[in-house]
Amino acid sequence: MTEVNSALGHHFTDLAQQREANTLGMWAFLATEVLFFGGLFAAYLVYRSAYPEVFAAGSEHLKMALGAINTGVLLTSSLTVALAVHAATQRARNRLLLFMALTVVLGLLFLGIKGFEYYQEYQENLVPTINFTWEGNNASQAMLFFVLYFFMTLLHALHMIIGISVLLVMIFWAWRGWYEEDDMPVERFGLYWHFVDIVWVFLFPLLYLIGR
Amino acid sequence: MHLSTEANGDQRQNTQTHGSPQTYLVVYVALMGLLLLTVFASSWGLGATWGLVVALSIAVTKALLVILYFMHVRGSSRVTWLFVAAGFVWLAILLGLVIVDYLTRSWFGA
Repeated sequence: MTEVNSALGHHFTDLAQQREANTLGMWAFLATEVLFFGGLFAAYLVYRSAYPEVFAAGSEHLKMALGAINTGVLLTSSLTVALAVHAATQRARNRLLLFMALTVVLGLLFLGIKGFEYYQEYQENLVPTINFTWEGNNASQAMLFFVLYFFMTLLHALHMIIGISVLLVMIFWAWRGWYEEDDMPVERFGLYWHFVDIVWVFLFPLLYLIGR
Repeated sequence: MHLSTEANGDQRQNTQTHGSPQTYLVVYVALMGLLLLTVFASSWGLGATWGLVVALSIAVTKALLVILYFMHVRGSSRVTWLFVAAGFVWLAILLGLVIVDYLTRSWFGA
């Protein structure tokens, strides 16, 4: 285990220890991300328990079919990322590049569908502070649902944009063959991407599927 | 020292339990099935409470599949499990104590 390897940092005993530290560091970061999104989920929980009927009425204005398709797109991108990580451990450069490129395409497809949804919600006057109008009572409570909807999905979309940007740089590095020496960055990226997928797995039913 | 010895033992295990493309495909099919299930379940008219319980149960199952298989936590070391659990334990404290506060306010007429 103590063979000379350029991927091994001098402060680690061996690659196994480095790999472990790599995983633990990433999970420590993801724990902060869980709590970052957790604050918004807590706000959602409080206001939904306070105004269940208005939240259900607000949810019916979202495009459920597009949300479901986007969930499928993200789950598929998690598969391509898992296959990319596998390719990196196998030092299979072309397969790594293929699955990274597919992930970028799926990530952009997700953002495109999400953007189309935002455009439709803008057309339907559902965007708080820009053009929010609500038929019937409880307009301010309905606005609360849409503030949470836009805040949570935009924060998620920001994570997607960061992920796609990082992946585009990593595709260049993968093409240069860097990950054939050290595949740990691919593993780290995979953990990040799967986490962003999991956030959406909770956002989709909580925002799109209530009160149907 | 303790962490490094555990990591050594884990690495030999880790490369084997990192999952195969076949495993990933099975997990993926299960995830897509659960997605369809959660969409259909929302139209069964289960009501606010049971609808939420069913939707969240399905979401938790999907998250567990992703964490255990795609994120390789299954078959990883104890200290990795500890780090993974830490984030969710604190999330449970955050959500649990907040909701207990709001759900019990009406008991005391506040």
